[in-house]
Amino acid sequence: MQQLKEDNLKKQLRIEKIGFTVLTILAIATVLPIIAVVIYIVYLGAPAISWDFIFSMPRDGMKSGGIWPAIVGTFYLTIGTAIFSVPLGIAAAIYLSEYAPNNKLTQTIRLAIINLAGIPSVVYGLFGLGLFVVFLNFGTSILSASLTLAIMTLPVIISTTEEAIRAVPQSFRVVSISLGATKWQTIRRVVLPQAIPGILTGVVLGLERAAGETAPILFTGAAFFLPRLPNSPLDATMALPYHLFVISTQVPGMPIQIQYGTVLVLLVFVLLMNIIVTIIRSRARAKRQW
Amino acid sequence: MKNTNMNKNTLKIGEQLVTRSIQFSGYSSILFVLMILFFLLYEGIPTIFEIPLKEIFSTRWYPIENYYGILPLILGSLVVTLGASLVAVPFGILTAVYIAEIAPKWVKEIMKPLVELLAGLPSVVLGFLGILIVSPFLRDKLHLPTGLTALTGSILLGGIAIPTIVSIAEDALNNVPNSYRLGALALGLTRWQTIWGVTVPAAKSGILMAVMLGVGRTIGETMTVMMVTGNAPLLPGSLNALFMPIRTMTATIASEMGEVASGSPHYHILFFIAVVLFLFTLLVNLIASNIGSKRIKRVEKMLS
Repeated sequence: MQQLKEDNLKKQLRIEKIGFTVLTILAIATVLPIIAVVIYIVYLGAPAISWDFIFSMPRDGMKSGGIWPAIVGTFYLTIGTAIFSVPLGIAAAIYLSEYAPNNKLTQTIRLAIINLAGIPSVVYGLFGLGLFVVFLNFGTSILSASLTLAIMTLPVIISTTEEAIRAVPQSFRVVSISLGATKWQTIRRVVLPQAIPGILTGVVLGLERAAGETAPILFTGAAFFLPRLPNSPLDATMALPYHLFVISTQVPGMPIQIQYGTVLVLLVFVLLMNIIVTIIRSRARAKRQW
Repeated sequence: MKNTNMNKNTLKIGEQLVTRSIQFSGYSSILFVLMILFFLLYEGIPTIFEIPLKEIFSTRWYPIENYYGILPLILGSLVVTLGASLVAVPFGILTAVYIAEIAPKWVKEIMKPLVELLAGLPSVVLGFLGILIVSPFLRDKLHLPTGLTALTGSILLGGIAIPTIVSIAEDALNNVPNSYRLGALALGLTRWQTIWGVTVPAAKSGILMAVMLGVGRTIGETMTVMMVTGNAPLLPGSLNALFMPIRTMTATIASEMGEVASGSPHYHILFFIAVVLFLFTLLVNLIASNIGSKRIKRVEKMLS
């Protein structure tokens, strides 16, 4: 009997060992391609990077020269998106976490946010085309594209911000209110400062997504080729992801160097955003007071 | 005295204003969803009057000659989504289990940022890698006439769904109270038995939600599929369809909207396809959030 139990345990431990090994291999197989892709892109893209490639205009139908207008365009679009989505998203998150009663309306708001998060990016593009470009007559412009991207980014910002605000302990609010502060004063002076790292994380992740999107700006603000920088929010603009799409599928005979260089610039941008998020998080964890 | 009164009044008005605008911001999400639905329907509904329903759900998409059958596009989306799930669901869930239950801390701290990096990669970048690496590789290895097939799309879309699945499933696993694990171990189960007999079943609904949200992302993905699936609106008839070019709803909208005349039947049916897409993703997300809310209720019950 005792022998049987021990055999069984041995068998189970052997199964465990095999299982753990298999899972480890699978997890590594999932993650390894990501490292490989980064190395691959850096290796092939680095030779293309030069002062001229980053800071000059495209020439010869984009087959030589640089990608400066695309970089600037993506920068403008990101700023434009932030202007609309950050205040609105944070305010909405404050409402949901601090004000919203537990009723049908609030449930509807939550359902709407889940729904917004699930709408395909190309559908946002069509919506932006219908509302901003045609109906409001903003034309194919930075403004239309930024507004479209802003609505798309909203759910990311709202949900991460709400989580960050909810994580602030209730006692902070109670003490502040009992000292005579109004609700808004409490939120602004006590709750928000504590939640800032979480909010920043959400904002960066949201904007990272907006900056990398192509489908929503296809018909709302992206220009195939624009040999100058946009002058006003009502100008169309080149953008890095759309530019990559164009040079890798729409222009025959495109030098591969330029394509790899463009991918590398996009990758560096994403990496930077991710590093910023990691730094914010670890610093916040170290400084947390509760 | 008077002065403080006035201060109090302005304070009150200020507070009111802020509260109102915050409240309105809270409601704005509903407004946006309604506006999106309105504009899609406004431009999409005319299709029903321009093209007979029977033709809309027929099998030939060739807008230049006025064939507007969207069936191949719907099936195209479904084939690619199914293929992507076959890749992403096992890898995603097992990676989540590994990260949450098995990996030592330092491995976790390497793997999690890498998964987040994958989540942050723009879909054009994946499409680009698909064109240059995955598609030639598959073409040569499987001896296909072209590497731009549903299979290529599925593999890359799997990569897009994996981060979503990993992070939500991992959350679900982390939310399982540690006492469950300790209890199982105390009863003499091995860690392996604990994972599959206790922890994973306890996190089941969260894992299911992760899968639904991952699938939702793949249905709506546009740029990657447009770049690597070959864009041929063929009706997928059998399993072989995986190895042939295909065209999804999203890719159709993205590649054709730029060239149609505003207000034409072609323009309207592209919006109609967007309505179909909207409904698909709505359904998937409703199911996911339903699973999610059930989970919350159960946790509440356990705690009370």
